[in-house]
Amino acid sequence: MKELLKDKLTGQFTTVQFEFIEQFDELTLKFDKSAIVNVCAFLKDEDGLKFNFCEDVTAIDWATRKNRFTVVYHIFSMENKFRLCLKVDVDESECSVESVSSIWKAANWAEREAYDMYGIIFLNHPDLRRMYMPEEFEYHPLRKEYPLMGIPGAIPLPKK
Amino acid sequence: MGLESKLINDGFFTTTVDAMAAWARESSVWPMPMGISCCAIEMMASGDPKYDISRFGSEVMRFTPRQCDLMIVAGTVTYKMAHVVKKIFDQMPEPKWVIAMGACTSTGGMYRSYNVVQGIDQFLPVDIYAAGCPPRPENLLNALMQIQDKIGKTRVKDFPDPPHTSIDEKQGELSLSKN
Repeated sequence: MKELLKDKLTGQFTTVQFEFIEQFDELTLKFDKSAIVNVCAFLKDEDGLKFNFCEDVTAIDWATRKNRFTVVYHIFSMENKFRLCLKVDVDESECSVESVSSIWKAANWAEREAYDMYGIIFLNHPDLRRMYMPEEFEYHPLRKEYPLMGIPGAIPLPKK
Repeated sequence: MGLESKLINDGFFTTTVDAMAAWARESSVWPMPMGISCCAIEMMASGDPKYDISRFGSEVMRFTPRQCDLMIVAGTVTYKMAHVVKKIFDQMPEPKWVIAMGACTSTGGMYRSYNVVQGIDQFLPVDIYAAGCPPRPENLLNALMQIQDKIGKTRVKDFPDPPHTSIDEKQGELSLSKN
């Protein structure tokens, strides 16, 4: 399956640089964020791959690194019983990535969560609202600069 | 109260309206079960035949705040949920009491975090804090008995009619966007 995946991807996308990493008994695939929609659509629809289940979309905040965020996609192929992890780097200056919710509907809420927690904008998302925090909340709490105990008064309490 | 022996001897007994009203109030405290997380399981256990909260006259857990006089806040209260808890509390008729059940409700507990209210006494007038994570049913019953003691000491004049406020005014006060 791993060899098939490498052959198919490098055959289909000649201009995209893929980096294959094996860790935690799982295959991780790193590439540039501009290719995310095309690669995901290919992975879902191509015969023999059929990654039809988007398990999670989340992000990592590296705080001081040049490309500050990494958006992580966990996808699964029911047909091949094979799990794949996709990683794309996102910089703070251009803090956005194309949404994959048009490919997997399950990505809709997961992307909303990543937006809520990290402030990463998912372009062409059908309904990019906050998932957990109140709508008028101004911060993104899982960013490293956000203090653990929050910012006093950021979320209003009812009057006593 | 030992009423039976008095009634057998004389056929009557004397008391005050205050004592009678307080006795009636403390003997049928109707809880509003605000079960938000795992403490709610222990709260349910305290209602089952083994612990049997009905021994204290509090078995009528009403799932509408308008028929309750004791709110048992059982579980982690997040900032988002705090507005809901307060709204439900405001719908309870006076006089009313509050038990903060468990560590999360009393102090935030292990959730020392930006999203959990570090103690519901920041927005509710708490009467009794029940310690534990979660408190055992005996502990909740103990909290209830302490509430009963507290109610037993009240007098009718402690509960004057509150100034009239319409529900609309209160809801306007509570909306999340304001404040």
